[in-house]
Amino acid sequence: MWRFIAGRLLQAIPVILAVITVTFFLVRVAPGGPFDSEKAVIPEVKAALEAQYRLDLPLGQQYLAYLQDLARGELGPSFKYPGRSVNELIAAGLPATAELGAYALLVAVVLGGLAGVVASLKPNSAQDYIPMSVAMIGICMPTFLLGPLLVLVFGIHLEWLPVAGWGDIPGDKILPSLTLGAAYAAYIARLSRAGMLEVMSQDYIRTARAKGLPEWQVVTRHALRGGLIPVVAFLGPAFAGLLAGSFVVETIFQIPGLGRFYVQAAFNRDYTMILGTTVFLSTLIVLFNLLSDILAAWLNPRLRAQYGEA
Amino acid sequence: MYRFVHVLCLVLMAAFLGGCSAGESNVAQGNRDGILHFGNGSEPQGLDPHVVTGVPESKIIDALFEGLTRKNPWTLEPEPGAAASWEFSDDRRVITFHMQPEGRWSNGDPVTAHDFVWSWRRALDPAMGNLYAYMLYPVENAEAYATGKIDDPALVGVRALDDMTLEVTLNAPTPYFLQLMDHYSSYAVHRETVERFGKATDRFTRWTRVGNIVTNGPFQLQNWELNRRIVVERNPHYWDNDAVYLNGIVFYPTENIVSEERMFRVHQLHYTADVPLNKIPAYRKMADTPFVEAPYLGTYFYLLNTERPPLDDVRVRKALSLAVDREALTRNVLYGSNNPAYAITPPGTLGYQPPQLFTHDPEEARRLLAEAGYPGGDGWPGLELIYNTSESHRKIAVALQQMWKDALNITVTLSNQEWKVYLDSVSQMNFQVARRGWIGDYVDPNNFLDLYITDGGNNNTGFSDPVYDELILQRAPRAATQEARFALFHEAETRLMEQMPILPIYTYASKHLVHPSVKGLPPNLMDFVNVKYIHLEDVPLTEFELE
Repeated sequence: MWRFIAGRLLQAIPVILAVITVTFFLVRVAPGGPFDSEKAVIPEVKAALEAQYRLDLPLGQQYLAYLQDLARGELGPSFKYPGRSVNELIAAGLPATAELGAYALLVAVVLGGLAGVVASLKPNSAQDYIPMSVAMIGICMPTFLLGPLLVLVFGIHLEWLPVAGWGDIPGDKILPSLTLGAAYAAYIARLSRAGMLEVMSQDYIRTARAKGLPEWQVVTRHALRGGLIPVVAFLGPAFAGLLAGSFVVETIFQIPGLGRFYVQAAFNRDYTMILGTTVFLSTLIVLFNLLSDILAAWLNPRLRAQYGEA
Repeated sequence: MYRFVHVLCLVLMAAFLGGCSAGESNVAQGNRDGILHFGNGSEPQGLDPHVVTGVPESKIIDALFEGLTRKNPWTLEPEPGAAASWEFSDDRRVITFHMQPEGRWSNGDPVTAHDFVWSWRRALDPAMGNLYAYMLYPVENAEAYATGKIDDPALVGVRALDDMTLEVTLNAPTPYFLQLMDHYSSYAVHRETVERFGKATDRFTRWTRVGNIVTNGPFQLQNWELNRRIVVERNPHYWDNDAVYLNGIVFYPTENIVSEERMFRVHQLHYTADVPLNKIPAYRKMADTPFVEAPYLGTYFYLLNTERPPLDDVRVRKALSLAVDREALTRNVLYGSNNPAYAITPPGTLGYQPPQLFTHDPEEARRLLAEAGYPGGDGWPGLELIYNTSESHRKIAVALQQMWKDALNITVTLSNQEWKVYLDSVSQMNFQVARRGWIGDYVDPNNFLDLYITDGGNNNTGFSDPVYDELILQRAPRAATQEARFALFHEAETRLMEQMPILPIYTYASKHLVHPSVKGLPPNLMDFVNVKYIHLEDVPLTEFELE
């Protein structure tokens, strides 16, 4: 098992290095620079700025200098926010994004898992079709539509919940979490339904039923563990996706998270910020994929044996 | 492990659902405690007045710092700020500022003339990379120092005669110079604080952080949560503290104007930075509407590249401009919130009225186009219009495209570009027609007209007229009276519009939602907010019913 983890971590290094290199050079190819503005910039001022940010060096040298900084864990100063380092900006945005991601995942697992399990118990009946149709709508509905809809209903008409903010007013975390979690809940519903259907036809379920266990115990004690394996495998990438893809929800609800920084950095040509967030998020994605593999192995004895041999 | 997962889920669930009770709104709380909740558009780049550029930054910096003067929000006339009074020399080239005797930094240190001398040198230092350094160029030798032509900052025309007296020498009499004194590029920063955290010209230091920053304005920095809020509180050392009503201001980075409007509607904000266009008609119909609009010192126009065919022919440029029905455009596409523009300078800039040489005249437009060799659109080589990606720019471009098709029977293709790509295209003049906007930094026609001097950094059209250059650069600054000066500007702008290197479309308008409890925040041409005048009245909160 440890060899498996170590091997996967080693594989991650060239992946991340490739991400850095491609990003570094691609952002430089894009027209326009961080100091271009609507008003013409005086050449002397531009030269002074470029010198302060090392942009006057040859590109190769800039790349090497960046890698050196990165090896020390420094992501460099932000162009858009002078006086702030990229490390600091990520640290400032991450808690809100991670919290939002965790709640969204919770919403996704609870709602999605429940719907999937319920649907799988009576396949091809109303109990199956209704939750699965709702799930299909959930997958198709983009967050930029669902968010404002929820706000309109619960925030403006019913006045039950705040329309925006994060940790300012009690309850203001509910709508963003629902919005972001909805699409993932739908995926999880479909995954858990499929997983449960497969498990419910297995021999050990028949054995459990033959022992005379009531149906709910068959489901909770025996079927769930196997039926939810596909869901667990999905959780790692899903959480990474929630972190990297939360910018729409963050914008709708004015949440001070990482996603907004990430997207704005690209528009601003904030080179260090684009690189910093990309490196950070790709590392997270690699790590979460690994985590979900480990979790899946822990749930599934067959995989565990396989990793143990490797 | 199972148990751990269970507990974790329960904890998350509890945190998620925690305290779902409705609390008191920001506005109700703010009205009671004297705290203004201010929608500010976006997260500021920073708070160093010599580093940042931008409107949201200026709103916070104006609350924290104070220049030599501060504008009255109704008349826009300069009122005493860090300077208690000032006088001009007879030739109006030398201004002597007398500092406020009670002027104090937020740490209690006196604000002296030396602070301004040091700060202006910092603002102009080429190593600072200050994008707004040019605001101080009317000062003698400021431009030479900022562009590295001279190295000695002592040659710049700003001197402290003693602690309380500041003498500023200008290149030439500059009628708008006092206005520049409340632009943040001319503000003083606290030298000791700046130097404690790094070199004077360093952009990366922590001197503007909470706990570090020392300011001389009516407020001081209390809290700064990135992308969430900036809170400023009363500065007890401020010289005019008694005149300040507010105890604090909370600035929100309301990037999404749709959310901002919703926050306003549920009393989370006193003031919004903007209003979504499609909500304007509903707000207009409301009795006692919180919607406030006013002309804004800016013009929305298209750049016409005079170096590329077919726009190298002035008749084609005029035909395009005459074919545009600006009245219909502002009424139908912009919900009547903007006025049509027929020249580059917004009307009423300190009493200056720009020339209007043309109106909507499709007949004349067709005649001009035929004369240029494209009768009824025959042989038209095509034309491309670029704009930066945005729904409102697209709507306007589509409307004009249709007007040109209808009036002139010519095809214009539209192409949207991402912001920085668009900026690159404009500065390289890699376009035929390009959208452009210009917001004045100070109220004076010069701020718009000096864009089109030959090879001006913001000209971007290839327009070049030696007579125009002479009017703007040589004759207007030496005019004896304001009337004579405006007459010269009028002459120059007439020449500009006869050549039509730009196609003016509309004058900007500022649009805000202002809660009925907020007083002393009048609309004005600069969209300028003077926080000293704002006070809050405890009015009952009523719902905003939108149809």
